[in-house]
Amino acid sequence: MHIPDGYLSPQTYIPLYGVFAAAVTVAVKKVKKEVSARDIPYLGMAAAFSFIIMMFNLPIPGGTTGHAVGSAVIAILFGPWAAVVAVSVALIIQSLIFGDGGITAIGANCFNMAVFMPFTAYYIFRLFNFNPAKKSRVLFGAFISGYLSLVMAAILTGIEFGIQPLIASSSDGRALYCPYDLKIAVPAMALEHMLLFGIIEGLITALIVRYFLRNEPGLIYAFRKGGKYENK
Amino acid sequence: MLSGREVNMRTNKLQKKILVILLLLCLLTPIGILLPAFFNTGDAWGEWSAQTVKELVGYVPKGLAKYSDLWKAPLPDYSVNREDSSIVHRSGYYLVSGIIGATITYIVMLIICRFIIRNGE
Repeated sequence: MHIPDGYLSPQTYIPLYGVFAAAVTVAVKKVKKEVSARDIPYLGMAAAFSFIIMMFNLPIPGGTTGHAVGSAVIAILFGPWAAVVAVSVALIIQSLIFGDGGITAIGANCFNMAVFMPFTAYYIFRLFNFNPAKKSRVLFGAFISGYLSLVMAAILTGIEFGIQPLIASSSDGRALYCPYDLKIAVPAMALEHMLLFGIIEGLITALIVRYFLRNEPGLIYAFRKGGKYENK
Repeated sequence: MLSGREVNMRTNKLQKKILVILLLLCLLTPIGILLPAFFNTGDAWGEWSAQTVKELVGYVPKGLAKYSDLWKAPLPDYSVNREDSSIVHRSGYYLVSGIIGATITYIVMLIICRFIIRNGE
């Protein structure tokens, strides 16, 4: 899901840089207000976790590879705004040092995986934990949150790819940037994430939420923010 | 009720445990090279090189040709030597890249957070 340089037109990547910059500005203010200094080490680990989990390229036999992102679990545990900062740091380092994701596409990639995805994940999770929620329901919600947020971020990425032939083609009808249109890009991105990578994102989200429920339930942002949880 | 000191000790213990888990995950990153190689799968969708795009659609889009080599990353594709096709070497480079990248990410995030967060000191 790391869009390389040359796949997005300036008409796409420049506005997305703008949206990302605005999101970071708000995120910095929110993190300042919401996160206590005691929890800083957790955020460092969250960013490192996101970096590492994205390196686990998994194959779809006969097809392509892909990976989980970790945004969903970070959003549930530390809040969507903290996730914006943590996952952005991981993505920017991947782009600058390892060439994974283009530098022109940093705004787009961060918007998809570090802004859109954690917020989608967080609000999907919150849908599950009205009433005091049972543990099984919390974990199911965590799985669905991870699964759907990754699939939706993949669809968003597919849309960004797919609108390129509409935005910029040369006079002979050849695309200037991503050559595949919406009819190809969106189903391709959606299907592979629905079939495999979304399931992995869902599983790691549920697994890590379970780990924190056992070890430090008081830390979990989604519950501190009014989501109710019954420790049974 | 646990005292503040006890809570802190528990927190520190948990944080150390998580750091160990992250280190173990780092050591497992070669899976990200080995599994795709085993199943002989191609690039991630939309992350092809200009050459691969030419094979797929018959031409290299002009903008793609212009931008694709814009940035020279110091460790491209999590590797120190992209010409080296040995799967063992590639796994090794990948593992080292993982440790370097995760460590830098961790430190940069800590520094940014210290700048942002001042409450609770």
